[in-house]
Order: sequence, then C-alpha cells, then structure tokens
Amino acid sequence: MAKSGAARRKPVAETAELSEIPGRAAAGAQALDRLIHERMRLGIVSALAVNESLTFNDLKKLLATTDGNLSVHARRLEEAGYIACAKYFDGRLPKTEFRLTAPGRHALERYLDHMEALIRATRER
Amino acid sequence: MPLMAVRPPSPVAVEPAALHARAMDNLRFIRQTMESATAFTAVSGWGVLIVGVTALAAAILASRQTSAEAWLGIWLGEAMLSFAIAGGATMRKARASRQPLISMPGKRFALSFAPPMMVGAVLTVALYRAGLASAIPGMWMLLYGTGIVTGGAFSVRVVPVMGLCFMAEGAAALFLPLAWRDALMAAAFGGLHMVFGFIIARRYGG
Repeated sequence: MAKSGAARRKPVAETAELSEIPGRAAAGAQALDRLIHERMRLGIVSALAVNESLTFNDLKKLLATTDGNLSVHARRLEEAGYIACAKYFDGRLPKTEFRLTAPGRHALERYLDHMEALIRATRER
Repeated sequence: MPLMAVRPPSPVAVEPAALHARAMDNLRFIRQTMESATAFTAVSGWGVLIVGVTALAAAILASRQTSAEAWLGIWLGEAMLSFAIAGGATMRKARASRQPLISMPGKRFALSFAPPMMVGAVLTVALYRAGLASAIPGMWMLLYGTGIVTGGAFSVRVVPVMGLCFMAEGAAALFLPLAWRDALMAAAFGGLHMVFGFIIARRYGG
C-alpha cells in the first residue's frame, strides 16, 4: 500500500542572495534556491521533472551515488515539499518511489530562470 | 527504463566570469540529467501497427511469387515503405508530445539501430549472389531484432522485448523448412509489429 510522504508540507526553500555578483549581474540575480542549487538535489529534481516517478534505485543509478547520500538529499527535498515519497511492496520487495510536486517543479523553473538571468547579466557586462 | 549515470559538479566560484561558467555548467548538468533520465518514447505505436499491416499484405503478395527476384523485390519495397511510415509516424508523435526527435535518447536509438540494418543490407546482396536466398528471411528477422533490442535499450521496455521476439523467430526460421518462409515473415513483420504496435500505442501515448 502506498503511503504518501511530505507532499502536503509547506515548501521551505533555503535562499541566499548572490551578493558576490557585482554590478548589473546582481540586478538579475534574485534569491538563489540553495536547496536545489546543491548538485545532487538538482539532479534529483531534474530527473523527476521528466518522469512521472522514479524509484530510489533508478535515481541511485542515474546519479551514480550511494544509498546514504541519496537518502539524505531526498529527505531534504521531501521536507521542503519539493518531492513526494511513496513506499510500497512490489511482491515481497520494499520499494521507494519519488515524484516531483508542484512546488518542486516551480522551484526548478525558478532556478532555471535564475541561471539564465545570471548568464544574460554577466554577458551584458 | 535505461538510466545513464551523470557526472557530479565542479566547486562554486565567486568571480563573475566563473559564475557565468558555473551557471552554464548548471544548465548543462540539468539538461544532461533530464536526457539521461528520459526513455526514448517517441517510437510511434500506431506507426508500428501500420507497418505490420503493410508487411502482412507484402507477405501475401510475396507468397504468390515464383521467382526469388520478385519475392525479394516485394520485401525490399516493403522495407522502404515501412521506414517511411515508421519515420513519419515517429516524427509526428514527437511533434505532438513536444519532444525533440533529435534528443540524446533518440540519437542513441538511431545509432544502435542503424548498424544491424546496414549489415542486413550487405548480407542480403552477399547471400543472394551466393545462391543462399533461403537464409535471407531468417537473417532479416535476426538482424532487425538485434537492431530493435540494441536501439530499444534506450526506449521503453516493450521495444527490446519486441526485438527479442524477432530474434527468436529469426533463429527458428534459419532451421525450419523453406515452405514456412512466407508464414514466418507474415508472423514476424506482420504479426509482431501489429501486436507490439498496439501495446506501444495504448501504453505510451500513440
């Protein structure tokens, strides 16, 4: 039986100003979502953005990481409400499945906009 | 679903030029991750099903031929027609689902599918010239199946399963009497395409 995770929790994005960007670049740089800026978490969110769901093992293989590392980062995203986690049994095997939530998709879109703005701003300098 | 591991990042830099590079690197990483995590699902089930119908018609037509040249001519014509139908249907499906046809999984599919097809074309000429035309149907099924299995490694699971069925039937065709040739061709290029085309169309959006 599937059990939903923290999908209903309020998104808690960790943010940081890109104060280190000088001049006009800073204008384009809004708050950076540190939560998905971390590469492993960015990988999880990106992979889930193009799949309805992925299992723990799919993500582990895709991101070439360890069980522990993936668990830690997935939990951070789940706590922020960016991904939802469902645990179930496939026969006798326990499976963990992740899905991207609406706030998670929105956060990725914001992050992409942010990166594009950063590139535009530094090119204009 | 086939998944290819993606490389981890480089450390954060603070200089504007480095920030620009870092942003580019991040976007590249996102794109690579998305491509690696996406199975190539633009294979059109309806296109494959239509190919099955035309192959069935070709098998009936070919079974009425008395010369090997005419038999071969019909199947070569059918092969060209099939590629045109499958290619057109795949482009249509990719457009409809707003997916790029020339994505990394699509490229991998094409690059894995093409070599067995080229080998098949060369062997067709070689076997025909050596007077071994009876081995051609089995060889076609085996190599087509190989192309589908290798190309299908980057697609949804049902695609390589279809390839394995072609390979099994091709292997059997090489050892069965020549009289079964047309029935086996109809069952493989007609039957398997229709069955798997229907499954792909129903499960994977057309």
